[in-house]
Amino acid sequence: MKHYLLSVYQPDGPPPEPAILDPIMRDIAAVEQEMKDAGVWVFSGGLHAPSTATVLQRKDDDVLTIDGPYVEGKEHLGGFTIVKAPDLDAALEWGRKLATAIQALPIEVRPFQDSIGG
Amino acid sequence: MPTAPTVPSEEIERIFRAEYGRSVAVLVRVFGDIDIAEEAVQDAFAIALQRWPADGLPPSPAGWIITTARNRAIDRLRREESRDDRQAQAALLHARDEPVEEGPVRDERLRLIFTCCHPALAPAARVALTLRLLGGLSTAEIARAFLVSESTMAQRLVRAKGKIRDAGIPYRIPREADLPDRLRAVLAVIYLIYNEGHTASSGERLDRADLGAEAIRLGRVLVELMPDEPEAQGLLALMLLLESRRPARATADGGLVLLADQDRRLWDRDLIDEGQAVVRRCLRRDDPGPYQIQAAINAVHSDASAVQDTDWRQIVRLYDQLLAVSPTPVVALNRAVAVAEVDGPEAGLALVDALDLDGYYVFHAIRADLLRRLGRNAEAAAAYAAAIERTDNAAEQEYLQGRRDALK
Repeated sequence: MKHYLLSVYQPDGPPPEPAILDPIMRDIAAVEQEMKDAGVWVFSGGLHAPSTATVLQRKDDDVLTIDGPYVEGKEHLGGFTIVKAPDLDAALEWGRKLATAIQALPIEVRPFQDSIGG
Repeated sequence: MPTAPTVPSEEIERIFRAEYGRSVAVLVRVFGDIDIAEEAVQDAFAIALQRWPADGLPPSPAGWIITTARNRAIDRLRREESRDDRQAQAALLHARDEPVEEGPVRDERLRLIFTCCHPALAPAARVALTLRLLGGLSTAEIARAFLVSESTMAQRLVRAKGKIRDAGIPYRIPREADLPDRLRAVLAVIYLIYNEGHTASSGERLDRADLGAEAIRLGRVLVELMPDEPEAQGLLALMLLLESRRPARATADGGLVLLADQDRRLWDRDLIDEGQAVVRRCLRRDDPGPYQIQAAINAVHSDASAVQDTDWRQIVRLYDQLLAVSPTPVVALNRAVAVAEVDGPEAGLALVDALDLDGYYVFHAIRADLLRRLGRNAEAAAAYAAAIERTDNAAEQEYLQGRRDALK
């Protein structure tokens, strides 16, 4: 069984109004429940805004602490889900459900190297 | 005992080329890895070059290739396994789980076609993989055909095979619910290969692999593997009918000759007969799709021994049908050309002018021709100029310039 990272990329800026966001969050929760029921769900979570990020980087013998995010852009990683799937087609199927729930935002599906934690 | 007839190396090469897709597909199934499968077939080829000239052809060359390649790969993997190579271990484990079937070898090419044409791969990579793995073309041949350097093409193939392996793109015929979409992707790849060959044949004379013939070969394989898919038949018929006109499509010096101006005696009757027979089979089945309808349109053209004998009303009806299943501006443009033949250039021009296709040179070329027929020469000249600006193909540019010059 392989593991796949399904990440959501979202534009910088404030989140949509609750009237728009709430039903989306409900749909996402429903997909997650479906993943759990199917036994494929490993982890999922949404992230705070990139302005809350902190970057650490080794410099000589020291590790520097810098205000983040590391990558500046118009879009950022908003959250992710990790699923177990036998192959890409199965992972894409779950990604498709997430993309449907999450409306206009893209979902990127990436395989993990080897199997993590069995 | 009679001595075995010697087998020239060109013949061995031809057999391996013809059996490449089948062999690689079976070995991918056995080892779960494309590179191992390809390497194994290469090994078998080297052995065949040594043995076949002396021993003669084996009774079943395909069976011989697969068995030899499989055994060679297992020997090689065992050596690597003892050096703690994890990939070799995985491949051997895979091979142990895949039973060796007795009797004729199952055809696994369909699974491999769906892998090569997987939507998670970039379209250019799908085309390259299909030509490499199913068509057995060398990387150098594919690179030449698509006018990129061999190292660029090699990189494209390595990257695509890496994605198949690491992302876990399966070797599987898609399930029923996904099949229509996935089959469309396969048909699109084969048609793209055909069109690349088609355009190239009228362009500058270059040392390009015969992509048209290769696409038709792949089309035949697909029909053989999926006999119940009418659109696979439709695509094959379409390619056969387009191919039948190849001898008439270009002048001796490579200039473009449009359908209306072609010497129809040059058309290949055998290809027309075969293509039309497939179209008739599709009509009886009555489950039309875009490729079948395009094939039917071309079958109507093939029926006319002179351009004025063309049954344009029938063609307009078919375009109406095509527009219903694939409502694109390009289809609407082609329909307008047929309407101009039935209802006159003015009616055609009105339809053309309503389309938003400014970037497409054919749009301007068709406008130019309709304007010319209406005697609006100044506007026609401007439209030819717009068309010339929008194509890079030398033969097309030359043709359009000729038409523009003829206005004066």
